[in-house]
Amino acid sequence: MGSNKGRGRFIFCCLAPAAILFVIFMIYPTIEVFRMSMYKWGGYTANKTFVGLQNFQTLFKSDKFYQSFQNTILLIIIVTIFTFAFALVFAAILTREKIKGQNFFRIIFYIPNILSVVVISAIFSAIYDPNQGLMNSFLNLFRGPAGAEDPILWLGSQKLVIYSIVIAMIWQAIGYYMVMYMASMANVPESLYESAGLEGAGRVKQFFSITLPLIWTNIRTTLTFFIISTINMSFLFVKAMTNGGPDGASHVFLSYMYQEAYTNSSYGYGMAIGAVVFIFSFALAGVLNAVTKREEIEF
Amino acid sequence: MRRKNKGAIRETSKFAKILIYIPLVLLSVIIIVPVFWVFMASIKENSEFYRNPWALPEGIYLQNFADAWESANMASYMLNSVVVTVIAIFLLIIIALPASYVLARFKFKSSKFWNVLFMAGLFINVNYIVVPIFLMLTDADRFLNKTVGHTVFLNNLFVLAVVYAATALPFTIYLLSGYFKTLAKDYEEAAYVDGAGYFRTMVQIIIPMAKPSIVTVILFNFLAFWNEYIISMTLLTKPELKTLPVGLMNLMAAQRSAVQYGRMYAGLVIVMLPTLILYMCVQKKLTQGMTVGGLKG
Repeated sequence: MGSNKGRGRFIFCCLAPAAILFVIFMIYPTIEVFRMSMYKWGGYTANKTFVGLQNFQTLFKSDKFYQSFQNTILLIIIVTIFTFAFALVFAAILTREKIKGQNFFRIIFYIPNILSVVVISAIFSAIYDPNQGLMNSFLNLFRGPAGAEDPILWLGSQKLVIYSIVIAMIWQAIGYYMVMYMASMANVPESLYESAGLEGAGRVKQFFSITLPLIWTNIRTTLTFFIISTINMSFLFVKAMTNGGPDGASHVFLSYMYQEAYTNSSYGYGMAIGAVVFIFSFALAGVLNAVTKREEIEF
Repeated sequence: MRRKNKGAIRETSKFAKILIYIPLVLLSVIIIVPVFWVFMASIKENSEFYRNPWALPEGIYLQNFADAWESANMASYMLNSVVVTVIAIFLLIIIALPASYVLARFKFKSSKFWNVLFMAGLFINVNYIVVPIFLMLTDADRFLNKTVGHTVFLNNLFVLAVVYAATALPFTIYLLSGYFKTLAKDYEEAAYVDGAGYFRTMVQIIIPMAKPSIVTVILFNFLAFWNEYIISMTLLTKPELKTLPVGLMNLMAAQRSAVQYGRMYAGLVIVMLPTLILYMCVQKKLTQGMTVGGLKG
């Protein structure tokens, strides 16, 4: 049917617009990240000087970079563990138990996922407000008069700020992963639970010996998501909630990169951070993928 | 004896059932209360904010919304957001649909290459490349300024929409071509036998079948574009061009110095209401669609 020429022209016309946009706005900038990481460039002048790996040397000597590194790792670990555990348990409850209003709970839990990170940050900034926030006024019920005299500075204390961000991030993420786990749990055949029930295995045992192993593939995928998305989401949260403050204590990888590139106008150095994070996130995802490898169970 | 035993089991399971509701209700409360609180705060007068934060509003003070809408420019930010989101979704669909179709159904010399490249794009997050995109557009503007005398690329809502569409391509193509791959070859063969060309077959036969997937794509990207703020903040620096989330960030900053709480909460409601309404209408579609795509975020 049709001439070969027509087929070729059709393929070209369909693919070209997407390919052009994709290459210009995604592939080329990605290559630029790596290329520019080897230049010293202020941005406002056209003067770029090739400095080789000097940016990386500065980077690995910078305390600020290690601070952001530490924060990112902390976020990845804590956010992943809590979100993962909560999402799994709630998904199991909603799929395995016969519950009134199951749909209602699913709808509610997913709400944070549709809100802009700016909105969530604004809500949590208000909740964390030292004097008029919900958090302190709730805790003051237990702390008594001490609470009013010495309010907890959720976002103003260098020690607390990262944990305040953790809470907001977990709040945002539970519903998303829950829905994902629910979908794969729904595929586990009911007969397995029935026979396990006849053999006397309780709910908890069923969860660990049937549900978990059977959705393991899905869990592995989401673990990779956790790493990549925590690195990205933490940037969005930090940028909107604290902008790295107080005194740089809450910077994460990408917010530090953004600040170096814009506020300090050292684009080359900023891109060196970007390149390191890029490689780091893939390496971590790869390691995790290898560690969690199990034989797939067919069902 | 036997009957007794059965009764005991039923008893414990009833107790367990109540126990199960506790975490469910607790999490619901933790999620609803902050959102509800913002709605309440948005109709409070400024003086009320110095009292107990748990108190319900004394009246319905809608002046906050008027202030946010006009004095804080939320009205024009809203318009900007609508313009950018609509253009970006339109571009994304008309560009991604044919590309996904071709990538899923046609074998040609470089088809493997493009499939792999778009797949790789799934792992590139815009947050990494926002700086190079900004610099690229700055360079282009500098060049235009020298040759033509004015700039086009930065501070342009249409360009922002193009960038949104471009960065959403990998995921959209992944999702749509995943659907196209499941279709039987017979559809096209029948159309070709009837004398329809490639283009007509695609537009009249294949694309109508993909409607549910297209709706999913639109929903996800509506939320993504409407809520996005890093690229928008970077590429639009003129105050009158800001999109809603960026405008909201300004309102948050202003609130810190000028103590206009009511106005900020009203702004918050204005930003999240459209997404909440949309969600309530299509929540089933959204959570189902997510499991089809299974990847994003």
